Amino acid sequence: MTARIGVVTFPGSLDDRDTQRAIRVAGAEPVALWHKDKDLKQVDAVVLCGGFSYGDYLRAGAIARFSPVMDTVIDQAKAGLPVLGICNGFQILTEAHLLPGGMLGNDHLHFICRDQKLRVENADTAWTTDYEAGQEIHIPLKNMDGRYVADRYTLDKLEAEGRVAFRYLDVNPNGSLNDIAGITNEAGNVVGLMPHPEHAVESLIGTGRTDGLPFFTSILKKLVNA
Amino acid sequence: MARVVVDVMLKPEILDPQGQAVQRALPRLGFEGISDVRQGKRFELEVDGPVDEAALARIHDLAESFLANTVIEDFTVRVEEVAEAAK
Amino acid sequence: MSKTPLDTVEHAAATPDVELPWAELGLKKDEYERVVEILGRRPTGAELAMYSVMWSEHCSYKSSKVHLRQFGEKAPESDALLVGIGENAGVVDVGQGYAVTFKVESHNHPSYVEPYQGAATGVGGIVRDIIAMGARPVAVVDPLRFGAADHPDTKRVLPGVVAGIGGYGNCLGLPNIGGEVVFDACYQGNPLVNAGAIGVMRHEDIHLAKASGAGNKVILYGARTGGDGIGGASILASETFDDAKPSKRPAVQVGDPFQEKLLIECTLEAFAEKLVVGIQDLGAAGLSCATSELASNGSGGMRVTLDDVPLRDSTLSPEEILMSESQERMCAVVEPDKVDRFLEICDKWDVIATVIGEVTDGDRLEIFWHGEKIVDVDPRTVAHEGPTYERPYARPSWQDELQADDANKLPRPESGEELKDQVLKLVASPNQASKQWITQQYDHFVQGNTVLAQPEDSGMIRIDEASGLGVAIATDGNGRYAKLDPYTGAQLALAEAYRNVATTGAKPLAVSDCLNFGSPEDPAVMWQFAEAVRGLADGCKQLGTPVTGGNVSLYNQTGEAAIHPTPVVAVLGVIDDVARRTPVAFQEEGQLLYLLGDTREEFGGSAWSQVIHDHLGGLPPKVDLERERLLGEILIAASRDGMIDSAHDLSDGGLIQAVVESALLGGKGARLVVPDGLDAFTFLFSESAGRAIVAVPRSEEVRFNDMCGARGLPATRIGVVDGDTVEVQGEFSLSLADLREAHEGTIPALLA
Repeated sequence: MTARIGVVTFPGSLDDRDTQRAIRVAGAEPVALWHKDKDLKQVDAVVLCGGFSYGDYLRAGAIARFSPVMDTVIDQAKAGLPVLGICNGFQILTEAHLLPGGMLGNDHLHFICRDQKLRVENADTAWTTDYEAGQEIHIPLKNMDGRYVADRYTLDKLEAEGRVAFRYLDVNPNGSLNDIAGITNEAGNVVGLMPHPEHAVESLIGTGRTDGLPFFTSILKKLVNA
Repeated sequence: MARVVVDVMLKPEILDPQGQAVQRALPRLGFEGISDVRQGKRFELEVDGPVDEAALARIHDLAESFLANTVIEDFTVRVEEVAEAAK
Repeated sequence: MSKTPLDTVEHAAATPDVELPWAELGLKKDEYERVVEILGRRPTGAELAMYSVMWSEHCSYKSSKVHLRQFGEKAPESDALLVGIGENAGVVDVGQGYAVTFKVESHNHPSYVEPYQGAATGVGGIVRDIIAMGARPVAVVDPLRFGAADHPDTKRVLPGVVAGIGGYGNCLGLPNIGGEVVFDACYQGNPLVNAGAIGVMRHEDIHLAKASGAGNKVILYGARTGGDGIGGASILASETFDDAKPSKRPAVQVGDPFQEKLLIECTLEAFAEKLVVGIQDLGAAGLSCATSELASNGSGGMRVTLDDVPLRDSTLSPEEILMSESQERMCAVVEPDKVDRFLEICDKWDVIATVIGEVTDGDRLEIFWHGEKIVDVDPRTVAHEGPTYERPYARPSWQDELQADDANKLPRPESGEELKDQVLKLVASPNQASKQWITQQYDHFVQGNTVLAQPEDSGMIRIDEASGLGVAIATDGNGRYAKLDPYTGAQLALAEAYRNVATTGAKPLAVSDCLNFGSPEDPAVMWQFAEAVRGLADGCKQLGTPVTGGNVSLYNQTGEAAIHPTPVVAVLGVIDDVARRTPVAFQEEGQLLYLLGDTREEFGGSAWSQVIHDHLGGLPPKVDLERERLLGEILIAASRDGMIDSAHDLSDGGLIQAVVESALLGGKGARLVVPDGLDAFTFLFSESAGRAIVAVPRSEEVRFNDMCGARGLPATRIGVVDGDTVEVQGEFSLSLADLREAHEGTIPALLA
């Protein structure tokens, strides 16, 4: 018995098949979910993957947030369903107010694709238990709208509650406040980050590191042991 | 027929690199005396029927929930009369 | 045209004396007369639109095709070739039931006019060519050439082009894995924006652009048709453009990558359900091209109702609808009982799809507007029987003088200190500097199959997760070499791309090309073109790599000044297991550096002559394709058998450029010794072809040497991977930090 992890495809999703592969590599069963279906097919967790959903023409993630599948995702996330938002998925989670703050264009105004160094700040979320707090990892980053912003009160609250899950190291690639690369909700079941762990699961591919695999093994362990 | 315009701007405290890039270009183009530039979005909504209080309230809701992300953006809603000129 | 009554076929026959604006549409007088002769009457406005756009240089290859025939005539025997020249893109068998399609195209003029949209729609067009073959696109590459790096217009054009390629390609989910960025004053005002793409499919999924089976429906799907790029194909791409000419409709096409992404997914889903008989993308010449090509490649005729074309702008005339170059559209031929399912799939992806016509059992292409027939032509005369020119060509009078201006006689550095100074200048020069500022604006990782991406010698993509089967692609061109000798220059481009593929461990299989030249009406340019094509065709024959397709871009000139002749060659290769790929970066200290091949005093067209002396003259390096083939075999065998841990081809900038790149990428330095029989300067800067450096683990040295010895490939031990400096014994030493600052600082300083 393994865990079933859903991956939502919106029109304009790009990393859906890559994310399914990463779930498979970790030993879980990927389940394709379609944006027009409210049905989550009884999955145990959901990943909102990277891409440019609906072209991101209004704001990154703003239109996807109103798709039928998101109604169910939002309801169930509030009830504890583990949800991981990667890149565009993170943007969708902030637009859906499942995570605080918002995402804006990179401060240098260019798309940026790089092997990004991060520090794991919170290893207690549903998606990060296979890391150690303080661990330094490299995960590919690729985005246009990666600048995390929130008001001072929200930032202080995130910091005080240990809800900054990942922080950029060495280089802040997009002007994110407090070098924030990823955050979690209070319950720790919803996590969003800009870098792409699904592109760091095989030693041959991409940057040649597997630092992203623990995202998927963390959730698998949690679900199988539950 | 009437047009309702929704202007969406980043909140004043949020960094606007596109506006800054425009501002930095101004002196090079010979425009002096402009101390700040902010870039925003303008939506033009062509409304069938009268733009009454109720219609404006609905558009306000639309702007608040969809056209703008009020975590990072402010918006204004205003009516713009368009002449019924033949196209 | 829109003010006059509808110009029907009947009306045209009855009014033979009506004057049509054939000249404004880019037709020559004899071409127009030929149209009248074909039709037996004057053409209607709609017919004239179709002929003019399809007979443009861009669509008909009228100046180039007499030369391009050599690619077919001299094609080497190849089991790998599944679909050759003439289709949207060539298709190559890469084994295990997989087929790969790839092609390079130009979007030069549009990218000068509007850099962002020009480059973006260039990516969109090449990707639709790949989909139209039945393949899923898996990667893109972008060979780019701009004017002088410090010219103000380069600062306008380059960032726009790069943002456009990124903005479009990144949004499609296609990893950008290779290409080039070259600066040269000759491209000022005529930047070369070439775009290549690769797609993968199973053999049985290959689709072709043909409309067969009377009663089958013609479905137009994708974006609505607007006034984009009307006249673009015939005017923008075929004559040197003139800023002052007013245009009724915007000539710039605007791309919508989101729409294209949907088009990819819904097309592939329709292919998977075997719903498609024939397919064609709409690019240059839009519906004129798609309908006439589909009809002429099939067995029957076609009837199209233009009123059914979904429009973005309801004021468009039928002529404009036929010529519109609105992006993100495709045309499929579908059997009647499968139409509903096809439309359902389009609806699933929110793609607009409309039946606009059907295949007939006649042999005419008939197009109707408001119930009246406005086009009645033999589609072959539109699509395939355009004019053919035997343009005069002659070796330019200045060629001898150029070749006599020998770069080998330029003053050379006389001390270690001077050498060191020139090395720093070279690696920091715009052409040799790191292009990371540019390539980091492209997504390399999407799809999760990227094994190698720039700045590696070739881009490599895994295509089968289980077996590790992969493909590699490299694109190369050197306009400076080609200017000195176009025949040799084209072969050097081929040799370099071939070598780059082999250096990463892949076996070169096939070639695509993008031939960028000045005006064919100039006999000197036409000679350059003829020589380059002859050189490339001869070279491909000798290397056993057939040309599968490509693109010609002419009129790249401003006034009398043409660009350097710039044949850009893409070589596709296959590797059985991507786990065996060889990267550029030095991997481990202590590994031995070997130089493979012969080094001669060859500085004509070299980076050194450009950077240090601003000189272009003499002869380009000699080409020995048998040696290239041998070098390739050694590199592939060494990769397969685990004898080398890194490898880098030697090309512009010579050995020192390659060593510095490998050192910086690996974060490990090198100690070099000048081999016997060579002086330090020639050793470091010569650009002799047929060479590579490899890093050999000490445990493999004997085996590697034995292999090279047995095969007769010169292999010279030149040093060791070591430390944090690049040192040439007895000459100079440079720290990696200084080299990195020089190599990586240039482009951001110029453009950021």
